[in-house]
Amino acid sequence: MLESIFFYLFGGLATIGALLVVLSRNPMHSVMWLIFCFFNAAGLFFLLDAEFIGIITILIYVGAVMVLFIFVIIMLEVNVARMREGFLHHLPLGGMIAMLVFIEMASAGFSGVFSAEQMGTAVHLGQEVNNTAEIGKELYTHYLLGFELAAIILLAALVGSVVLTIRSRKDAKYQNIPAQIAVKKSDRLRKVRM
Amino acid sequence: MVPLSHYLLIGAALFSIGIVGLFLNRKNVITILMCIELILLAVNINFVAFSHFLNDLGGQIFVFFVLTIAASEVAVGLAILMAFYRLRRSINVEDLNTLQG
Repeated sequence: MLESIFFYLFGGLATIGALLVVLSRNPMHSVMWLIFCFFNAAGLFFLLDAEFIGIITILIYVGAVMVLFIFVIIMLEVNVARMREGFLHHLPLGGMIAMLVFIEMASAGFSGVFSAEQMGTAVHLGQEVNNTAEIGKELYTHYLLGFELAAIILLAALVGSVVLTIRSRKDAKYQNIPAQIAVKKSDRLRKVRM
Repeated sequence: MVPLSHYLLIGAALFSIGIVGLFLNRKNVITILMCIELILLAVNINFVAFSHFLNDLGGQIFVFFVLTIAASEVAVGLAILMAFYRLRRSINVEDLNTLQG
């Protein structure tokens, strides 16, 4: 009973937050509502016995990704009025497509295949089951290749974003490493007879 | 107890709201990126819900990979946005047309 109340609370607030992300005039307000939405989604993850996923959703999304968004919005001078041009112009098409997608997915969800009679109601695991340890065991054995690939993707994104945003100043003195390596002894050393 | 279909309904709602957002805010790259985050969050909710009801941890592992991709996508996307802003002093999608043939 209590679980149902919390489910509808978190789910409803997450949906409201998502709607306000889309409808907010100011990008900064959108970011704040997205943070709200992520917190409620993390609550849903906690209800599903996925504590670790819930915590890293808060840590990574709210702590890292959303802060990145806020930084970029602060740094860029955004002309909100121009951004809003044609806001309602695309509403009929977009709304129709999204309604179709929603009706399709909801009818699939409520078709009876995923009902409580078919899937059963999953029992909650006891306190002795450590979700983090179980994920670790699975991740480092069955999904080791995917784990390594994810690391490579993160490295590529890291290098890529640094390369895209780095700006070298012409007047600053930089090391020229190939020239340093190519230096011969004769370039620097001159013997003089005393 | 909450049945699986209700979690799927929440996922479907967040996914469709993300799609509407892509259509409504097609001038604003930052909001487009946020809508993509919403869509990925809906996917994550479905993954975790199925993982719980099928009693299989694989779904939670895949949330990791989705999270990795989402984080790197946002980092690279915002870096491109910064580089473009330096060039043009604008981040309007309509000004992003230099690559057209």
